[in-house]
Amino acid sequence: MAEMKSKVLLDPLFNNNPIALQVLGICSALAVTTKMEVTLVMCVAVIAVISLSNFSVSLLRNHIPPSIRIIVQLTIIASLVIVTDQILKAYVYETSKQLSVFVGLIITNCIVMGRAEAFAMQNGPFLSLIDGLGNGIGYSIILLGTAFIRELLASGKLFGVEIFQLVHEGGWYTPNGLMGLSPGAFFIIGIFIWILRVFKPDQVEEE
Amino acid sequence: MLEEYLSLLVKAIFVENMALAFFLGMCSFLACSKKVETAIGLGMAVVFVLVVTVPANNLIYNYLLKPGALAWVGPEWAQYDLSFLGFLSYIGTIAAMVQIVEMTLDRYVPKLYAALGVFLPLIAVNCAILGASLWMVEREYDLGQSLVFGLGSGIGWAMAIIALAAIRERMRYSNVPVGLRGLGITFILTGLMAIGFLAFSGILL
Repeated sequence: MAEMKSKVLLDPLFNNNPIALQVLGICSALAVTTKMEVTLVMCVAVIAVISLSNFSVSLLRNHIPPSIRIIVQLTIIASLVIVTDQILKAYVYETSKQLSVFVGLIITNCIVMGRAEAFAMQNGPFLSLIDGLGNGIGYSIILLGTAFIRELLASGKLFGVEIFQLVHEGGWYTPNGLMGLSPGAFFIIGIFIWILRVFKPDQVEEE
Repeated sequence: MLEEYLSLLVKAIFVENMALAFFLGMCSFLACSKKVETAIGLGMAVVFVLVVTVPANNLIYNYLLKPGALAWVGPEWAQYDLSFLGFLSYIGTIAAMVQIVEMTLDRYVPKLYAALGVFLPLIAVNCAILGASLWMVEREYDLGQSLVFGLGSGIGWAMAIIALAAIRERMRYSNVPVGLRGLGITFILTGLMAIGFLAFSGILL
């Protein structure tokens, strides 16, 4: 049983990563990764929503009629997102302004729906909670990695603290503006997937 | 007046392209872009649903949820602020609208219904749809503007997915590095397309 738990927790980190292999939750992965601070808040929000939604869907799984399960899941997720949004607005107002619509978009983040449908409907509450945690962390690894590269290369800063001194401030680093724009995010995630698949050749797709 | 709508339309299609500038609807964008035919079907369905749901959510926001929106019921109702119920109502509206659109199409335009097939129900969880409604609320569009905005973002998204599908069909003839095959190269492709669309961002409307 303990082995099962650690497998459920650790598998989504690299072996079955939600972004790189399951192709879920890409939208927010790209949109919120311009700054580390914003990304971190987003990751915490997603981990909270996905674990709790997995937990609650799993608790109710024997009482949800199959024909309306999507609506029930959506309602559970939407309520959790509303709570998260209110908490963010109360405690980190500035960051929540920068996240703007993307907090709301956690509702349609396919990871949350996908795990509720694929895992929580078949497994017990505790195991589902762990699965949610694992997938949330797997998602966060890719997001934080992308944000790290993007913020560093686009502005020479991390968490708003200067790492590389910029040219126009008398330093040596010429900022790469492309990284701050949308194409940069696509390239970085594409390259991440490439690196991951070099180490895990069984994930390569045949065409 | 007309000019304002026109510039909003162009802005929604090119400058603020849903898929390439805001990364919305990425999941189906990447998953359903293997063939041009499916891409066209999905694109059409998205345009259709966006045109219906964005104005519908606009009405809901303005007449039910906005602070003071309930004033039309009676003066004592004006104090209520239901905007925290936003997410839940929008997603409910979208799910219901998709269902209604599906039934209407099935009844009156069976040909289009058959062409869209399985994509219609899937659209309820496409983030481009919810995203458009949330942008509409944040930017405080009125009814006419939200209709134009829905149409524009739908067309923009459809255009992007059809273009990507066409490129991916061609990719079959090229020799892609093993680890990049499939998802990886699609990301790089989308990135290159996004660079192309950046050219529009300098347009002042």
